[in-house]
Amino acid sequence: MLSQDLNTILPEIILSLFAMGALLGAVYTVKDKAATLLVWITSGLFVALAFWIGTVGEEATTAFNGMFVDDAFSRFAKVTILLAAAAVLIMSQEYMAKRDLLRFEYPILIALSVVGMMMMVSAGDLMSLYMGLELQSLALYVVASLRRDSVKSTEAGLKYFVLGALSSGLLLYGASLTYGFAGTTSFAGIIDATSDGVSLGLLFGLVFMSAGFAFKVSAAPFHMWTPDVYEGSPTPVTAFFATAPKVAAMGLFARVMHDAFGNSVSDWQQIVAFLSVISMFLGAIAAIGQTDIKRLMAYSSIAHMGFALMGLASGTAFGVQAMLVYLAIYVAMNIGTFAFILSLQKDGVPVTNIASLNMYSKREPLKALAMLILLFSLAGVPPMLGFFGKFYVLQAAYDAGLAWLAVAGVVASVIGAFYYLRIVFFMYFGAEQDEQLDRSGSPILWGFLVASAAVMILGVINLFGIEPLAEAASLALVN
Amino acid sequence: MTPLVIAFYAFAVTTIGGGLMTVLARNPVHSVLWLILAFLSSAGLFVLLGAEFVAMLLIIVYVGAVAVLFLFVVMMLDVDFAELKAEMARYMPLALLIGVVLLMQLAIAFGVWGFSDGVESRLAQPIGDAENTKQLGLIMYDQYFLIFQLAGLILLVAMIGAIVLTLRHRTDVKRQDVMTQMSRDPAKAMELKDVKPGQGL
Repeated sequence: MLSQDLNTILPEIILSLFAMGALLGAVYTVKDKAATLLVWITSGLFVALAFWIGTVGEEATTAFNGMFVDDAFSRFAKVTILLAAAAVLIMSQEYMAKRDLLRFEYPILIALSVVGMMMMVSAGDLMSLYMGLELQSLALYVVASLRRDSVKSTEAGLKYFVLGALSSGLLLYGASLTYGFAGTTSFAGIIDATSDGVSLGLLFGLVFMSAGFAFKVSAAPFHMWTPDVYEGSPTPVTAFFATAPKVAAMGLFARVMHDAFGNSVSDWQQIVAFLSVISMFLGAIAAIGQTDIKRLMAYSSIAHMGFALMGLASGTAFGVQAMLVYLAIYVAMNIGTFAFILSLQKDGVPVTNIASLNMYSKREPLKALAMLILLFSLAGVPPMLGFFGKFYVLQAAYDAGLAWLAVAGVVASVIGAFYYLRIVFFMYFGAEQDEQLDRSGSPILWGFLVASAAVMILGVINLFGIEPLAEAASLALVN
Repeated sequence: MTPLVIAFYAFAVTTIGGGLMTVLARNPVHSVLWLILAFLSSAGLFVLLGAEFVAMLLIIVYVGAVAVLFLFVVMMLDVDFAELKAEMARYMPLALLIGVVLLMQLAIAFGVWGFSDGVESRLAQPIGDAENTKQLGLIMYDQYFLIFQLAGLILLVAMIGAIVLTLRHRTDVKRQDVMTQMSRDPAKAMELKDVKPGQGL
């Protein structure tokens, strides 16, 4: 029995053991000497695990009395998380080494937070959900304030920690109400208990839990921490925040809503639709006045989470499929965009001011072109992949009878296009300026930028075949 | 009124009173002491429920360790609580309003509280006739093995985090180097001077 259970969670066990072994090994080497090597090994392990999980098979298994669920949905989310984390780790290595931030604990903390994320998307019980969530969050709080001598970074970590603790409290309170109603913490038991209607008390629990999840995916009106944390954290950490944890939190949101509350779709549909519409508009409007590209990306991620939530709000299997496709595209776009942001520097000092991009296309035509493709894709301009992601969720919302939500999404997307195109304007038609950004860039970042831009164009053909995978994943979740 | 009911009300009232005074007490040290009272009375409530292991855990961990740690922090850190309080007072009306609204909403929720059908069949059943500690041991390493291990990982992250954020490699301090200490040559380390009486060096 136990050996079967352990076999099911083998990827998580391997990753945890690796993190502990790496910690032990790195302690015995000279200060941070092993950090660069560890970054490469960790991301290599992420990729290997992603391939393993991706090819393991079709069947769905549960372990530890249903506390851990391994199905097509969790596998899809895990592969996305692992690949995103590996890409961001590799991108961050050079930047952090140059700024004396590359401590050997960094890849270890990232590995442990990835274990938490894998637990989140596989949770089959309120308790394992909470444990995965806390493991993930705690590691993220630490890496947010990795730059200890900067007030902004410390503030980012502290703000994230305090507000994260508050949201965990809300989540736990909701979970306790749910447990009080159902008498069990397992999702299978909760869906059984709600088969003939939801009481008002349980509805309170549902709302509190949704508020906790909305905080974790940084959906408005629980987004307040996002811009400050994105701006204050070291840029590679911001890149990490914008990719893997978002997928994990959305996966968790979808899993709870469908696995535990699948019988009461109409009860949570309005909550998620509200979160979706307010996130899309807030992300689109508040980003307009930003001058810092990291803050801009924070608002951009809020808006994108609004679109992903639109898929969830439709409450159908196709909606979950659209959400997964959207998230995969979103991660691919963000990796490229952050590779670009990481490469921006003036005399070796990182720059995040949008105005510094003036006439960038004259100096670096290829880089500017790649960024142009990515920005068009982020805005959802038709020939790029980002458009298809938006098209998917809009179609899901429309099919589910939420035409008003789809219309609101289109309007928000048009508003949001303004600030993406503003960057393009600066790069191609901005004012001439004397102080120019450094010309050189690392080949790794260059590679990620070009690869991501190429994906945005080539993916149009068949989305690299993730569509049937996302469909299988959504069918495993919604039934 | 059976003695059990009287005991319950006594513990419940002291818990709530202790919690209230924790927030209201002007002196932060008094706050911590009130907090300890709240912990102790909730431990009493656990005993009434028959969960003596959890009750003892509450006393050992929360009263013994956490509260004492709080006390140390309050006494050692130079936090200007008066200033914090003044800041708080500015937001007090709004906070009170939100608090009262939330309280009333929750009152409505609990007023119509109902359990799901067949809740008894889903509740966790006690294992046999064993005492608390044994039962906990039985399920902790078996049914809740996964969660137990995850809790361990969370503690590991907390430990790594505390070290990452606070450890500084200082270069301006002298550290003891045992090998150099022992391999010192007395002939080179000391110089003997013959001081004649009545004369300085």
